[in-house]
Amino acid sequence: MSRDAGRLSLILLFAPFALWIGLLIILPQIGIGYISLREKVGINEYEFGFKNYADFAQAAVYRNTLFRTAWISILVTMLALVLGFPISYYIAKIARERSRAALFLMCLIPLWVSDLVRAYGWIVLLRETGVVSTALVSMGVINEPIEMLYNDVTVIIGLVYTVILFMIVPLVSTMQGMDDSLLEAGFNLGGSRLTVFRRIVVPYAMPGIVAGCIIVFMITAGSYLTPVLLGGKNSSWFTEQIYNQFITRYNWEAGATFGVLLLLFTSLVVWLGLRLTGQSLATTVAKDT
Amino acid sequence: MQGSNHLLWIYRVYVGLFFLYLVAPLLAAGAFAFNDSTFPSLPWRGFTLDWFISDTEPKLGLLNDEPLLRGMWNSFYIGMIVAALSVAAGTCNAFLFVRKDFPFKSAFYVLMVVPLVIPGVILGISILVLASMIANFADSQFGLFLTWLRPGVPLIVLGQFSFLTTITSLVIAARLQKFDISLEEAALNLGASRLRVLTTVTLPFLFPALFSAFIVAFLVSFENFNTTLMLVGSDAPLTITMYDRMVKVGSTPVLNAVSVVLMVGSGLLALLSVVAQRSPKSD
Amino acid sequence: MNDLSCVGVTKKFGDFTAVRNVSLEVPPGSFFSILGPSGCGKTTLMRMIAGFETPSAGDIRIKGESVINLAPNKRNVKMVFQHLALFPMMNVGENIAYGLRCQGEQKSEIPEKVRKVLDRVGLPGVEDKRIEQLSGGQKQRIAIARCMVLQPDVLLLDEPLGALDLKLREHMKIELKQLQERFETTFLYITHDQSEALVMSDQVAVMNAGGFEQIGSPRALYDDPVSGFVAGFVGDANVLPGTIDEVRGGEARVILDGGGAVLARLADDSNTGDRVEIFVRPEALRIGGDNGSGSLSGKVDSLLFNGAASRILVRLDTGQLVEVADGDQASEVSAHDAVTVSWQPDRSRIFVRRPGA
Repeated sequence: MSRDAGRLSLILLFAPFALWIGLLIILPQIGIGYISLREKVGINEYEFGFKNYADFAQAAVYRNTLFRTAWISILVTMLALVLGFPISYYIAKIARERSRAALFLMCLIPLWVSDLVRAYGWIVLLRETGVVSTALVSMGVINEPIEMLYNDVTVIIGLVYTVILFMIVPLVSTMQGMDDSLLEAGFNLGGSRLTVFRRIVVPYAMPGIVAGCIIVFMITAGSYLTPVLLGGKNSSWFTEQIYNQFITRYNWEAGATFGVLLLLFTSLVVWLGLRLTGQSLATTVAKDT
Repeated sequence: MQGSNHLLWIYRVYVGLFFLYLVAPLLAAGAFAFNDSTFPSLPWRGFTLDWFISDTEPKLGLLNDEPLLRGMWNSFYIGMIVAALSVAAGTCNAFLFVRKDFPFKSAFYVLMVVPLVIPGVILGISILVLASMIANFADSQFGLFLTWLRPGVPLIVLGQFSFLTTITSLVIAARLQKFDISLEEAALNLGASRLRVLTTVTLPFLFPALFSAFIVAFLVSFENFNTTLMLVGSDAPLTITMYDRMVKVGSTPVLNAVSVVLMVGSGLLALLSVVAQRSPKSD
Repeated sequence: MNDLSCVGVTKKFGDFTAVRNVSLEVPPGSFFSILGPSGCGKTTLMRMIAGFETPSAGDIRIKGESVINLAPNKRNVKMVFQHLALFPMMNVGENIAYGLRCQGEQKSEIPEKVRKVLDRVGLPGVEDKRIEQLSGGQKQRIAIARCMVLQPDVLLLDEPLGALDLKLREHMKIELKQLQERFETTFLYITHDQSEALVMSDQVAVMNAGGFEQIGSPRALYDDPVSGFVAGFVGDANVLPGTIDEVRGGEARVILDGGGAVLARLADDSNTGDRVEIFVRPEALRIGGDNGSGSLSGKVDSLLFNGAASRILVRLDTGQLVEVADGDQASEVSAHDAVTVSWQPDRSRIFVRRPGA
């Protein structure tokens, strides 16, 4: 009798899960795949084929946008790793117990604040009439206000800002678990700081590094506000293209195609990353706060 | 080791600069909410609360700005609905994965985490497309006019729900893992029905995680942009309203006032969620 | 009519048989222990009695009525769990009241019942304390109170003393026995610690690999074990392996593996040529002289002082180390002395060799 009750509760618990994943994740992705294969030839007349994808491949503007998004995302990921690793190490290993919690909390705060507010803050700081520009003018460093927005460097700075905490958090978690005596043994056996770093710290932190890089890459490639607001209308970011196709031009077929491409592209990178380092989604992304 | 003190200080300076970098835009956004100037920039013209309370143009304060207030209200009630739904679904998922065994369980677990890996924009457009397809089908075949499948609040709720559920599931499952099953057996042994065990023993134990998950879901929903952008109809949440202001109309420091409210609110809620999970009383 | 009886209870998990055809009768008001090493199946048996597992075969009866088909929350056997399972989100009073509330007791009568049972376990007035404020011994008593307030037919205790330190454990053994008598309830106690079982119980069942090897009073198990396992598990014993050379009535001459021949009492149906083990308790061994069993020679290895449980360790010429009891520390030997060791044959037991011995 209890076996039947167990079965019933399994079905009851599985139903919301199945509905959620099926209706809100799986079916919609199939939906955009379907639409991306569709081509409007007349009123309510559709043909199916890969025309949309061919159009994409031939249109230099779209191809370039995707490549640009890709290489900037990779660059941002690398920067986030290089800049964020020392911070994580400091918080995990060097800071004292009490300040550790405070520092970590301070790191979390910008995360909780909306993307929008952060982008707005950068605009207030960096635009021609913004804080930095007027400060520099009033200090006599430059004669006229300068526009610091709307270029690649700013976009990259802004993107790194947005994502660096997603790199720091997994790294801190991983490194906090590292036993200090591992480092001490490394030094004791004659290693220099560089050796200990290269051979002990980095390999140990690898799961955290991989998790951080994957998360950061996904977020960067998929972000909208930072590149669009800081880069201006010529920012040429892929998600912006998707938005344009859907909302501005109402060309859902093209928009869906771009969406599928973005999805495939980011999934490919994630899968490659996981494969190369021997991790899985469950061991990296799912180890959340 | 010689020179390590030197190195340590350089390190400290780097860390200090980093936190400055973290804080700068937030300060910029927030500080100028209190600047008595129609422009969110230097020079500083004196402290004022006008951007919050004033009701005369051109300095329309936040509390008198109709569209912004409506945006806040929309964000608030959407956030409440989505948070409640995703905590409920998350609790079911937590029990499903922590307590039950079934074939392909690890594959389904990966599926559960997948929504976090899909870019928000894609989540938005995919739900938009599916909803439209269904709505068009219903319209052409049955003559049914299903407005809730068109861009608007229901779709926003569904879009945010799709990935928030993953977050709540993970948070609640983490807590459920730590639950000592012999507590449930003891309750059964003392005569409690299964439902009673759930409500008097298991759920009270889970409560800090449920509370924390609710707050996290609410926060993420409140500040969500990418997914919402694709699904928004006529009732816009605060983030969309603010974005429109920034891009189209041109901004006054009222947006800074909004930023302050957002920052303070998020900060408090975040603190609350962290404290709730750490509370020793409900261990 | 017995409070609790099991009839041919068997439990299989796939190919593995955890409990093998176990039958027991627990008379009302008695303290019954099941003693056995980890993995012998005693916890599984207890969980079947409580209803958390279903037997593959056999019946379980409480006060004569079969409870096999009753859900665990409907049986009147209450259980004290190994880690006590006190509800951390409730205070002491609420913990104890939990079962009463489930039964639908009148709200007004609950505080009085809680108060009474707390008195009976010797912890009056602690209703408002939180669980983490209690000491180990106090938590034990609250766990028992939580069950006893429901006046169960049988109280099951799953190795409850494991987490306590030595002195507290010794004290609790006596406490539990007194509580059992005070409440006049049947206790079913499972443990791997033979001193707990011997001290507290009226009857003990020794369990090994899913089955009962022997059921009897503590004295019977100690003096008259029916198998090598029981002889080796209950109380201390020196074990001398050998082969039977000759059988004479109830005794046998055994050639020990390391050399030497001794006499000992046959305790099962081993015969000439069988490989056996001789079990002799430390207090049955004497240093010097021949007590009738033949003597074995060796050298004193060391003297272990432990008050009344002091021992003299002797390394026999066969190479084996035996323990000789020296309770009043009156022995005059010292390390490296050459000595002989012997015993009275009827204070020894011969059993067929245990598997793996």
